Amino acid sequence: MDHRPQQWGRPRDDVYGAYDASYMQNNGPNQHTQQPIVTGTSVVAIKFKDGVVIAADNLASYGSLARFTNVKRLRTFAGTSVVGFGGDVSDMQYLDRHLNELAIDEAYTSEAGHTLNGRNLHKYLSKLLYHRRSKFDPLWNHLLVAGLDEDDKPFLAAADLLGTTFTSPSLATGFGSVLAQPIMRRYAPDEESAAKLTKEEAVDIIKECMKVLFYRDARSMDEYSIAVVTKEGVELKENEKLEKQSWAFADRIKGYGTQTV
Amino acid sequence: MAMFSQNPVLNGPNYSFAEVPRDRVDGLREHRFNPYTDNGGSTLAITGADFAIVAGDTRLTSGYSINTRYAPKVFKIGGTNSNQSDATLLLSVVGYAADGEALKERLDAVCKMYRYRHNKPMSVNACAKRLSTILYQKRFFPYYVHAILAGLDEEGKGAVYSYDPVGSYEREQCRAAGAAASLIMPFLDNQVNFKNQYQPGSGEGHALAEREKAPLPREEVEILVKDAFDSAVERHIEVGDGLQMMIITSSGIEEKLLPLKKD
Repeated sequence: MDHRPQQWGRPRDDVYGAYDASYMQNNGPNQHTQQPIVTGTSVVAIKFKDGVVIAADNLASYGSLARFTNVKRLRTFAGTSVVGFGGDVSDMQYLDRHLNELAIDEAYTSEAGHTLNGRNLHKYLSKLLYHRRSKFDPLWNHLLVAGLDEDDKPFLAAADLLGTTFTSPSLATGFGSVLAQPIMRRYAPDEESAAKLTKEEAVDIIKECMKVLFYRDARSMDEYSIAVVTKEGVELKENEKLEKQSWAFADRIKGYGTQTV
Repeated sequence: MAMFSQNPVLNGPNYSFAEVPRDRVDGLREHRFNPYTDNGGSTLAITGADFAIVAGDTRLTSGYSINTRYAPKVFKIGGTNSNQSDATLLLSVVGYAADGEALKERLDAVCKMYRYRHNKPMSVNACAKRLSTILYQKRFFPYYVHAILAGLDEEGKGAVYSYDPVGSYEREQCRAAGAAASLIMPFLDNQVNFKNQYQPGSGEGHALAEREKAPLPREEVEILVKDAFDSAVERHIEVGDGLQMMIITSSGIEEKLLPLKKD
């Protein structure tokens, strides 16, 4: 009998040859992310009178394969902000773990009731993303942060894998920036008009955008998560289904595929 | 005794890594992360006898998309509080927005530290030199921005310093930077430095006398800035939405926000 514990329970070397441990170590150069693998598509968000509405579908794609159909891409932070993730799902999960840790640390260290607001969270995330891009080891995400600022006013901002940041009355990542953003800008072209929208109007606009995205984005799905962030807290629904779809326009589309008439 | 034990002490070195590197060492990888992007936009600075104006459009783009219509490119630098109400310097950055933001925050921190240590605000020429070294420190992984620093010099005259991404700098009367720099700069050469302007009836050939150089009054410069941007907006897709203008005089910094075409 082999008395060394590390050999126990393994195929016998004298019968099967030495165990090939090569897969456990990486001899090549340290690999940094060069491309996203499992990806989430658009995130859309719009500000309204007393908060922000944000939505993303529940699909994680592996290339063109609809790989995971129940992935929640909206994550709450400290019960007061929501981060919507587009791009690589494993990087999203890494960031989510990191943010949970941060929220716990903050809850212990800061005075009662006070924690990082939406603006603080966005600054933190954008610095993290910029730091990683500067190390040539990016976190392959484009994210939206929905929350409130220091004056409890609605706050909405974006940050991407390069560390680029911006804010706007409405924001969308990925395909949403070409398909949903024009719809949202029609209702909220500037901060003043966004500040006049009611919660119901904002939710309707976002639902309309999710529908348009499902019609035209081949990497999207009809099940989605939607969150409303206000002073009262976060109201997150993770298993919504698109309503009132109409594919009537489809039979008028000609010129694609095998259709000959 | 096991012949192929994993224990190196028992039977010599037993490499637990692959013989052949998994990545090709030669040749280029097809996909490589590009750490830079161009967020468009344009900036411009002009000096006068006792003021300096720094302006920039507020559009931020990615390719053909407008990310936002309001992302300021001109910043007050070196104030003692978060709203920079007692700042004495202006910095504009255009190019890659994330680097611009990082550069702005670096320089702001440096100016603040200077203020705490010396109990006076940093002079514009000292800050100009410091900005140059900050940019050059990243010579081989540069901040991808064209920076312009403005303030009032020791004599109270308007001062504008312009930079390339790796820190070469020069004090100038005026400078345009960014996407529409090539559209605006020739206009400024003609209207601020009076290039190709001659005194009427002064003769031909060598007798031809240039128009005398004189600093422009503030009202005229403000109109010049607006005209320059209105023209740039017509011809450059990455420029538009809003015009942010910061005017620094001996009585402080004034900010103006004017509309530009949003198309």
